[in-house]
Amino acid sequence: MNFLFHPLMLVTLFPLVGFAVIACLKSEQKNAIRWTALLTSLVTFGLSIGVLLQFNAALSPQGGNPQNGMQMLLQQDWISFGGLKVRLEMGVDGLSLLMVLLTTFLMPIAILSTWTAVQERVKGFMLFFLLLEVGMTGVFLSLDLVLFYIFWEFTLLPMYFLIGGWGGERRIYAAVKFFLFTMAGSVLMLVAILFIGMTANSFSWVELVKSRAAFAGSGIWLFIAFAVAFAIKVPMFPLHTWLPDAHVEAPTAGSVILAGVLLKMGAYGFLRFNLPLFPEATVQAAPVMAVLAVIGILYGAAVSYMQKDLKKLVAYSSVSHLGFVVLGIFAFNVQGISGAILQMVNHGLSTGALFLIVGFLYERRHTRQLEAFGGLWKVMPVMGTLALIVTLSSMGLPGLNGFVGEFTILLGSFNSSVYGSPWYAGVAALGVILAAVYLLFMMEKVFLGPLTHAENRILPDLNAREILILVPLLVLIFWIGLYPKFFFDLMGPTVDQLAALAKTAGAVMP
Amino acid sequence: MTQADIITILPLIIVVAWAVVLLLIDLWIPKRRKGITAVLAAAGLAVTLGFVLRQSGSVLTAANGMVVVDGFSSTMSMIFLVSGLAAIALAYDYLQRMSIERGEYYILLMFSIAGMMLMASAYDLIVVFLALELLSIPLYILAGFARPRPDSEEASLKYFLLGAFASGFVLYGTALVYGATAHTDFLRISQSLVDGQANPYLLLAGAGLILVGFGFKVAAVPFHHWAPDVYQGAPSPVTGFMSVAVKAAGFAALLRVFITAFGGLAVDLTPILYTLAALTMLGGNVLAVAQTNIKRLLAYSSIANAGYLLMAFVPYGNGAVLSDSVASALFFLVGYGLTSIGAWAVVVALEQVEGKGLELKDFAGLARKYPWLALAMLICMLSFTGVPLTLGFWGKFYLFRTAVLGGYTSLALIGLVTSVISAYYYLRVVVMMYMRAGEPQAADDVWVRFTAVVAALAVLGFGFIPGPLLEMAAHAILRLQ
Repeated sequence: MNFLFHPLMLVTLFPLVGFAVIACLKSEQKNAIRWTALLTSLVTFGLSIGVLLQFNAALSPQGGNPQNGMQMLLQQDWISFGGLKVRLEMGVDGLSLLMVLLTTFLMPIAILSTWTAVQERVKGFMLFFLLLEVGMTGVFLSLDLVLFYIFWEFTLLPMYFLIGGWGGERRIYAAVKFFLFTMAGSVLMLVAILFIGMTANSFSWVELVKSRAAFAGSGIWLFIAFAVAFAIKVPMFPLHTWLPDAHVEAPTAGSVILAGVLLKMGAYGFLRFNLPLFPEATVQAAPVMAVLAVIGILYGAAVSYMQKDLKKLVAYSSVSHLGFVVLGIFAFNVQGISGAILQMVNHGLSTGALFLIVGFLYERRHTRQLEAFGGLWKVMPVMGTLALIVTLSSMGLPGLNGFVGEFTILLGSFNSSVYGSPWYAGVAALGVILAAVYLLFMMEKVFLGPLTHAENRILPDLNAREILILVPLLVLIFWIGLYPKFFFDLMGPTVDQLAALAKTAGAVMP
Repeated sequence: MTQADIITILPLIIVVAWAVVLLLIDLWIPKRRKGITAVLAAAGLAVTLGFVLRQSGSVLTAANGMVVVDGFSSTMSMIFLVSGLAAIALAYDYLQRMSIERGEYYILLMFSIAGMMLMASAYDLIVVFLALELLSIPLYILAGFARPRPDSEEASLKYFLLGAFASGFVLYGTALVYGATAHTDFLRISQSLVDGQANPYLLLAGAGLILVGFGFKVAAVPFHHWAPDVYQGAPSPVTGFMSVAVKAAGFAALLRVFITAFGGLAVDLTPILYTLAALTMLGGNVLAVAQTNIKRLLAYSSIANAGYLLMAFVPYGNGAVLSDSVASALFFLVGYGLTSIGAWAVVVALEQVEGKGLELKDFAGLARKYPWLALAMLICMLSFTGVPLTLGFWGKFYLFRTAVLGGYTSLALIGLVTSVISAYYYLRVVVMMYMRAGEPQAADDVWVRFTAVVAALAVLGFGFIPGPLLEMAAHAILRLQ
């Protein structure tokens, strides 16, 4: 049972400790439950920091790392189907490390945000929330294809219950839609995984990367099967329709995690599986993916502008922002990929913070309609200031995190030899302008102008707990904006390796 | 009958003899204390289970090779006996609650199990038919056990008529096979096909008729129409038993007959099996979406699961995947069986007199009032859907892998797409239990709750460590020579 104490296993499974403790508490002990959940997520964050400290960012794959850039590899036999082994295989590289850190960082923040927002069935809520953390961390760390699939599907359940149990009016519709959309996507992936398992006689990522010739003949089909699953999760146009429903109905903490982490799982999948396993097919498909990404950027922005519901506005802005991520990934050069990874983190921070602010407003006013607000700066200046910073970060103002990510992505896709045309970046850049339009429009409607509604005059400003929730996010927003080198260094070797892989694949293409 | 023969079929003899003796004992047991019969019947099944476990691993034949005991039959017998025990646990209090308690319930159950065990061991078409009748006739009576209730009587009659019809198909098929090969013994049938002495068209017709007959028994589309009505009308513990054991027995016969006797016909039969499997998966799952009664919903779900099981057969002619084919079918069957037992236990717990408490809306609020029952049902629904970390997921995983390995990726794809459809209706149960408010009424029945929780825990536990079950399925090899 030693493998249970492997650092990566520990990070993944530690929330279960809190799960067990909470399961033993009585439903009436609401505060004890909340504190246990918070403490568990903080310890998990600490454990992931431990992984970060153990991680050697300078160790490049060319510099004698036999596991394809993976560090702290765990390989433990689990099940054997007639000789075909499913293993507990986990590993970490720059990409997965950043994603895990993002997950464990956002969890305590999301839990803290439920302190007053969730009053009913607190026990169930926290149980599902901690299970969700297990699933998400597992997705980013597991390398065995079947293990990955298990965690991938597993994240569905807690989220389904969080939306369906604690969501808004149309929560059941949204929950079922969320579940069915994602499951429909992952089904194709499972067939592809089975096919790969048959042809290469292994599910191990580390081995498959070396023996990918075995299934290269069906590369394009396998690419599609994986890509559909990931595209639904991202979500890419035109598979995004579940997202606004899920976001609008989900409780605030659920939205934060949904936008902050779950959407990243799709983008992560492209980089972890599609490119390393089927590089030729992936490079071939890049222009198509880029077109969809650009459509997503513009469409998401345009629809966002038309929304009357604050949360829906932020939800559609995610479609637009994730379009940038996908555009960066499929540019397949160092700038594009590293920009995309950084933007994944940025989006988690900025959009997470936006959802938190929407949640704070909703708690005070019990509505999210834009027309119900206006002039709030006068009554809640602290919230106004913080909201402005977050909005500017989401817009991509230089000096804040969004700018670094988007700029690097646009630079990458402008130069991309895979796209072969600067127009993708050219059109996508319009998205940056549109983002400014809808986000400033939102700021103006909510915080600026005269105080038109009498109810709004008595709204209290942010309290200490709420400020405490936003501060860590703001610190990172400034950190990445002013000194992104730390993050670029962390992902550097992984990005170099991915870009080199794409380059070789592009060279052998007819 | 030699001494060796008797030792070989000892478990079977124990069940039948015990049932006959119990029939007599039951006469002296007072009406209010029929629980004693239940305990005695359960003891009989438990003792038999012990003998089966002792026998497992050895390969024996009896009655001039008409009956065989091998890993496959032992594993199957275990499934029958465990589901029999579950059927007793579910009925113990239920029969009293519904005021239909009669000692014959347990005895008929034992006879039916004897028929199933014989079915799994049959190595001759005559024995197959004999076993089929022995398992079916007690079930016709059991389906009508809630006798004054019209829907139970309807179920009994419907089941009897269609069951007799199915037996007719099997019998006629047997006759044609005999006409084509002059044999009823599985090995000689397959041998005469290899030697070229058999009339291939007649043999194919016979095999087709046998397939149709068993298609009725396992409720494969398009032979499924009886199932929802019978499942709804029969007393719930009986339905639970039917959905597990009868299905397993039908598949046991199909697997053995087709692999040992009709192996040479694979080229002709595979497309038929492919169509049957695809239709059953699609039909069962699509029709289940429209159901509002939990018993009918589970009935369609069991039809759909028959489709998944049929998938294991499709590549049966391919020698390379044969062992995977058998192992995956068995493994899936065990997972399906445990899940079904758990789900039916919850249904039994919630059923009220006069067939009330069986609509989906009666499940509303279950999680609040009965968290353990709701959790058990949740795990079972997830396992049916095939969500990871339940036994149902690994069952489907292995089945689909076998299909892909046999070259039928399209079939695996159909299976997976229909799984998504199935998620919709299984989730409806979950939505009711966890997200809607209501005042459900569950019977205060210790055994039923125990069965539900144990089955659900097994589904979850083996979901984490499916190794032992896989091992068992892998060792349950068919005796081919």
